[in-house]
Amino acid sequence: MILIISDIQEGKLRSVNAEVYTAAVALGKETGQPVATVLLGASGLKELAATAGNYGVEKAIVVEDAGLAPFSPDAYAAAIAHVIRETGASVVLMGATFTGKDVMPRVAQHLDVALVQDVINVRDEGGLVFTRPMYAGKVHADVRVQTSPALATIRPKSYKPAEQAADVAVEPMSVSVPAAKVQVVAYEGSSNGKLDVTEADIIVSGGRGMQGADKWGMLEELADLLGAATGCSRPVSDDGWRPHEEHIGQTGKTVSPDLYIACGISGAIQHVAGVSSSKFIVAVNKDPEAPIFKVADYGIVGDVFDVVPVITEEIRKVKG
Amino acid sequence: MNIAVCIKQTPDTTTRIQVADGGGEIVDDGIQWIISPYDEFAIEEALKLTEANGGEVTIVSMGPARVEKTIREALAMGAQKAIRIDCESIPNDPGVTAKVLAEVLRGRGFDLIFTGRQAIDGDQAQVPGRLAHLLDWACVSVVIDLAIDGDKGTALREVEGGSERVHFTMPAVIGANRHLNEPRYRNMRGIMKAKRIPIEVVQVDAPAPQLEITSYSYPPQKGERKLFENGASDVAEVVRLLREEAQVI
Ligand SMILES: Cc1cc2nc3c(=O)[nH]c(=O)nc-3n(C[C@H](O)[C@H](O)[C@H](O)COP(=O)(O)OP(=O)(O)OC[C@H]3O[C@@H](n4cnc5c(N)ncnc54)[C@H](O)[C@@H]3O)c2cc1C
Ligand SMILES: Nc1ncnc2c1ncn2[C@@H]1O[C@H](COP(=O)(O)O)[C@@H](O)[C@H]1O
Repeated sequence: MILIISDIQEGKLRSVNAEVYTAAVALGKETGQPVATVLLGASGLKELAATAGNYGVEKAIVVEDAGLAPFSPDAYAAAIAHVIRETGASVVLMGATFTGKDVMPRVAQHLDVALVQDVINVRDEGGLVFTRPMYAGKVHADVRVQTSPALATIRPKSYKPAEQAADVAVEPMSVSVPAAKVQVVAYEGSSNGKLDVTEADIIVSGGRGMQGADKWGMLEELADLLGAATGCSRPVSDDGWRPHEEHIGQTGKTVSPDLYIACGISGAIQHVAGVSSSKFIVAVNKDPEAPIFKVADYGIVGDVFDVVPVITEEIRKVKG
Repeated sequence: MNIAVCIKQTPDTTTRIQVADGGGEIVDDGIQWIISPYDEFAIEEALKLTEANGGEVTIVSMGPARVEKTIREALAMGAQKAIRIDCESIPNDPGVTAKVLAEVLRGRGFDLIFTGRQAIDGDQAQVPGRLAHLLDWACVSVVIDLAIDGDKGTALREVEGGSERVHFTMPAVIGANRHLNEPRYRNMRGIMKAKRIPIEVVQVDAPAPQLEITSYSYPPQKGERKLFENGASDVAEVVRLLREEAQVI
C-alpha cells in the first residue's frame, strides 16, 4: 500500500496534498498498489477526507485523538509510525512542507529506515527511484532506498494535481499518542494569508535593482494581477526591504514555480540555485551582461521602472 | 550549560558543482570548503548562551582529516573544545550521521545540541530530528528565535508564510536558521587561540547506509533562451510568448 500523510494546517488541507495524492495515485497504477491517506488531528477530519477522493485516493484513515492538539511533531511522528506499522504500507509520502520535513525524519528514525526529502520525481525502475535536487538545485540525484517502507517527502509544485473522482472509504483508527516534548502553541502569520513562495505557481521577485522598499508597490501590483507571490534576493531581505520569508536562494527558500519573474536581480549563483527548478524564468535587468540572463528563458534588457509597469499593462490587456 | 554544536564541512556557496563523468559522484577537487552556513548560526547561538550562563561549547564534525581546517574556523569564533569523528568520507545518508552523532554525544553531559536546519550540500534536513529521536530529546528546527528557561524552552520556527511559536522540554536539539542571530567574525586573537585547542579524534563503527545515490546529473536544460534588447517596447511580444508559447499566464 502507498500511504500519504495528509498535511493539515489550521484545519485545512495544504495545497501540496493534491500534488502528493496525484503522485501517489500515479505510482499506485505503475506498481499495482492501493493508495490510502491518513489524516491526523484532534477532530473534524472526516470532512477533509473527501478531498483526497477528488484525486483518486480510495481510502482515508482518520486518526482523531485529543493528544494530537496542539500540533506536536514528535507526538505526530509516533502516531504516524504506528499507522505505518498497522497498515504495512510499503511506500509513505508526505508534502515537503516545513511540517513534512520536520516530522518525517522522526518517523524515519522511529522505523529505522531511509527517508528521501524534497523529491521532485518518483518512479518504478525495478525498484523505486527518487529524484531530488541537491546543492540547492545545482545538481539532481537519483536515490534508491534499501529499507522498507520507502519514505519520501514530495517538493511542492513538482506534480500537477490531476482530478479523478474516487469514492473514499473512511476508516477510523486509534493509536497511542505519547506525551509531547515539542508543541506548536501559535501560528504567527506575518504575511497575512498571502501565498508562500514555495506554494505559488508564479513568483514576482525583486533584487537590489529595485532600489528600495518603497518601490515594491509595482511588483505587488503585478503579483496581484497574476495571483502570484512576491519574492526577493538575499540583500533585499537583509536590508529589511522585504520580510525574510520572501528570501529565495541557497540560504533562503528553494522554489519551483511555473513562472519566475526576476526584476533587478543580478543572478548570483546562490540566488540562481534556489530558482533553477522553475519551469520558466523571465528576467528584467538593465545590464545585458547580468548573469541572470544565462538562466532566463526570456530576458528583457531595460530599466525595471520602465519595463515592469508595461508588463502589468500588457498582461491586464490579454487577461481582459 | 554545556553545548555541542554539530557542523558539516560543505563546498562554498559559489562553487560550481561538477558531476564526474558517468554521473557516479561529485568531483571534489578544487572545492573551497566552508562551515555549512546554517551551522554558523548554531555556533553563534551556543556561544551567546554560554557567555550568558557559563559552560562550554564543543564543536563536533564527522569527516576525514580535511575537516579539521573547518573545525578550527569554528573554534576561532570562540568555542572551547572540538571532536572530529573520523571517517573516510562524509556520509551522504543522514541516518548514518545521526546514529554516529548520537553514539558519540550520548553520555557526555550536554544540555543542548545545536545543528543547522540543513547542510547546504545534501539539503537533507534530517539530522536534527533523527538525532533527537535517538537521544529521546526534544527537537525544534528551522529556529529563528530561541529562549531557554531552566528545563523548558520557547522557540520561533519558520514555516510557510510566517512562523510557529513552539514550546519544548530540555534537553533539546535545536536546528538553527538564518535570522536566529548575526554570526560574529573570526578575529586574529580567536584564530591564534583556536590553533592551540586539541581536536579529539573519535573512531566509531558507522552503521551501513540505508540509501544509495545511483547517479548525479545536471538539471535538464530548457529550451532556447531569448534576449529582448529593447526594454519596454519588447514587452508586448514577451507577454504574447508567455501566453501562447510558454503558456504560463
Ligand atoms: C554564503 C552566501 C549565501 C548566499 N545566499 C544567497 C541566497 O540564498 N539568495 C540570494 O539572493 N543571494 C544570496 N547570496 C548573495 C549573492 O551572492 C548576491 O550578493 C545577491 O544575490 C545579489 O542580490 P541582487 O541581485 O538583488 O543585487 P545585486 O547583485 O546588487 O544586483 C542588482 C541587479 O540589478 C540591476 N539593476 C540595477 N538597477 C536596475 C534598474 N533600474 N533596472 C533594471 N535592473 C537594474 C543591476 O544591473 C544588477 O544586476 C549569498 C551570498 C553568500 C556569500
Ligand atoms: N558530517 C557531519 N558532522 C557533524 N554534523 C553534521 C554532519 N552532517 C550534518 N550535520 C549536522 O546536521 C545538520 C543538518 O544536516 P542534514 O540533515 O544533512 O541536512 C547540519 O547543519 C549539521 O549541523
